[in-house]
Amino acid sequence: MLSRTAENLFWLARYVERAEYLARTIDATLRVTALPNTYSGQGNEWDSALLTAGVAGSFYNHYDEANEANVVEYLSFAPTNPSSIRNCIEAARLNARSVRTALTGEMWATINSAWIELQENWSKGAKTREQLTAFLRFVQETSLRFDGSAYRTMLRNDAYWFSRLGVHLERADNTARILDVKYHLLLPEQEHVGGPLDYYQWSSILRSVSALTAYHWVYRQTLKPWLIADLLILNDSLPRSLASCYGNLVRNLDQIGVAYGRQGPAQRHARGIRNRLEHSDMEDIFQRGVHEFIQEFLADNSRLGEIVAKQYLI
Amino acid sequence: MAVAFDEMNGPGGEVRQAYQELSRWLSETPPEALTHRRQEAELLFRRIGITFAVYGDAEAQERLIPFDVIPRILSGREWALMELGLKQRVRALNMFLRDIYHGRDILRAGIIPDDLIFQNPVFRPEMNGQAVPHDVYVHIAGIDIVRVDDENFYVLEDNARTPSGVSYMLENREVMMRLFPDLFARHRIAPVERYADELLTALRSVAPAHSSSEPTVALMTPGVYNSAYYEHSFLADKLGVELVEGRDLVVKNDEVFMRTTEGLKRVDVIYRRVDDDFLDPLTFRPDSALGVPGLMSAYRAGNVTLANAVGTGIADDKAVYSYMPDIVKFYLGEEPILKNVPTWRCREPGDLAYVLDHLSELVVKEVHGSGGYGMLIGPAATKATIEAFRDKLKREPEGFIAKPTLALSTCPTCTDAGLAPRHVDLRPFVLTGRDRVTIVPGGLTRVALKEGSLVVNSSQGGGTKDTWILDE
Repeated sequence: MLSRTAENLFWLARYVERAEYLARTIDATLRVTALPNTYSGQGNEWDSALLTAGVAGSFYNHYDEANEANVVEYLSFAPTNPSSIRNCIEAARLNARSVRTALTGEMWATINSAWIELQENWSKGAKTREQLTAFLRFVQETSLRFDGSAYRTMLRNDAYWFSRLGVHLERADNTARILDVKYHLLLPEQEHVGGPLDYYQWSSILRSVSALTAYHWVYRQTLKPWLIADLLILNDSLPRSLASCYGNLVRNLDQIGVAYGRQGPAQRHARGIRNRLEHSDMEDIFQRGVHEFIQEFLADNSRLGEIVAKQYLI
Repeated sequence: MAVAFDEMNGPGGEVRQAYQELSRWLSETPPEALTHRRQEAELLFRRIGITFAVYGDAEAQERLIPFDVIPRILSGREWALMELGLKQRVRALNMFLRDIYHGRDILRAGIIPDDLIFQNPVFRPEMNGQAVPHDVYVHIAGIDIVRVDDENFYVLEDNARTPSGVSYMLENREVMMRLFPDLFARHRIAPVERYADELLTALRSVAPAHSSSEPTVALMTPGVYNSAYYEHSFLADKLGVELVEGRDLVVKNDEVFMRTTEGLKRVDVIYRRVDDDFLDPLTFRPDSALGVPGLMSAYRAGNVTLANAVGTGIADDKAVYSYMPDIVKFYLGEEPILKNVPTWRCREPGDLAYVLDHLSELVVKEVHGSGGYGMLIGPAATKATIEAFRDKLKREPEGFIAKPTLALSTCPTCTDAGLAPRHVDLRPFVLTGRDRVTIVPGGLTRVALKEGSLVVNSSQGGGTKDTWILDE
């Protein structure tokens, strides 16, 4: 397939995934900030929402204060934020339009109707909390429909694999960012178990990767920070864990490699990261420092993006 | 202007044969049902994303072309004659182009003045003596036809460069079949869906002689911001070929390749929807970012076929148009089956004088214009507009031609005030391959939605209709 087509598919999937992640981040932050201070803590949750979205720097070029109104506006609708939800959907549709021929009708219809709805219903942003909730639900449903229609309707060929690469690379990045911002809450087993304050912080982390229910299924325990770290980093049964993302990345890259009869640096790099995740346990990671571990992972992950681009997309 | 011929209700008010069933159906169908279907159709088109861009209109980058749900119907007999006429005309166009870029018999015979060709900016000296596979220049032609009465069809213009609109012919039919299955069951309508197959066959048949038995075809688009981008992606999809932009192609050793995830892949035939000027910055406009450096060199080396060929603009030039009846006679020795609209060439002093005297009755068009821009419709224009146009015309007479305002036929059309007659034209698409000319029975019917308007262009408030050819 055309390199440009593969590139568009890859970015289309990334933008949709990112939009959903932003929606979940806002949603989780709204819940925590709605609690009385005794539960939600003193730290500014809206600041950490900006950090997990990776736009804390640019935000302050446009606003003075990280309050709910400003941050929601910036993350959801602001034209000045290149990765606001609105811009993600716009960019996703532009990419989709360039590769219509590689998409199934269902995928195109999903992204195109989302774009139309964005113009028709959300051009002025969300005025009330109710509207905001409806907007966030719309974004998450768009992503689910898009992912579902890709899964159900696409031929299993390179077009599908490149689009999956986009999903998993973006997803791994998102999960790692949350961990990066919240690592100070994720303590090893020996340390003190927090009070109610931490409990809501932890559940907020899980909520932003839609893993709160999954946690209970997997561990059948109350929320323990080291188990949350384990779930998000190493548990490959959780679709948004780093381990699961890398299992998928390696598989998709292998499928491409087999189809093209050639392996390359992208395959080797992804396998390297996956092997490191497979051979780690939480004790090692805590010993080396969660923060350092995540920093390294983020760098490796974005490096994979560059290698994939060089090998296939340019 | 005389009362226009209505294709459903004939001159005496009787329902014409081809419309009998539709007319009965319309009388049985409550108006709300039609309104409901209209909304459904609009929704479908929006979902599919069939849009076009209007240049110079930043507010509405993507718009829907209004679709009218009442079909336009032609009888099998009417179509059969039109088909013969179209094939004849396109054969002549191809022979004319071959001649202009080679022996120029028609100039030597004094049928067309030399300067009309050589002074013409759409004449491409790069094509002189250049062989093209099987002498086919115009692989895809869109011939605009209007009707004035029961018997007379006129060719309004020949589109021999990169005619668009065929996606509407195909999508309109799809939407109609979804919305009105019962109406279809009551007619026998010739299908249009094999257009993509015919097109692919035609394109592959003109691959360079030494390319593989499975030549690679690609469709080249200027990109997502082009007004016809939807159509480009739609066709690439139907053809099962890659939709490429200039930046996806690269020329090495006079061969054309596309950049793929598996490296470079050879391309044999390019169905290009990019104008000549933008094809290759090394040969044509150096500022073109849409083109492929070296493409013309590969083309001249015979390693890639471009469809349509470079330089076909000389055949659909509005001044050359006026010679079409002579062109048909000259190359084929036959009387033209389809009529030309009488045309005054403002470059000729006698014609110019007549046109200046009759501006309020005539349609005056720029020779190189398209899309309905920059034309004067005399009967509908104000005095001031006419006077301004008169100055323009005197300054540069060779840039204009004039035609009488034809009373284009009308078809019943949904309006806010119920069904009403609106003027229509028809663009059938004629495909020419190695050894045959084919036309899918149908075409794009464009309708001027404003009451009394004769301008059917989508950029100027025109809509489209499904076109039914009855299979009798």
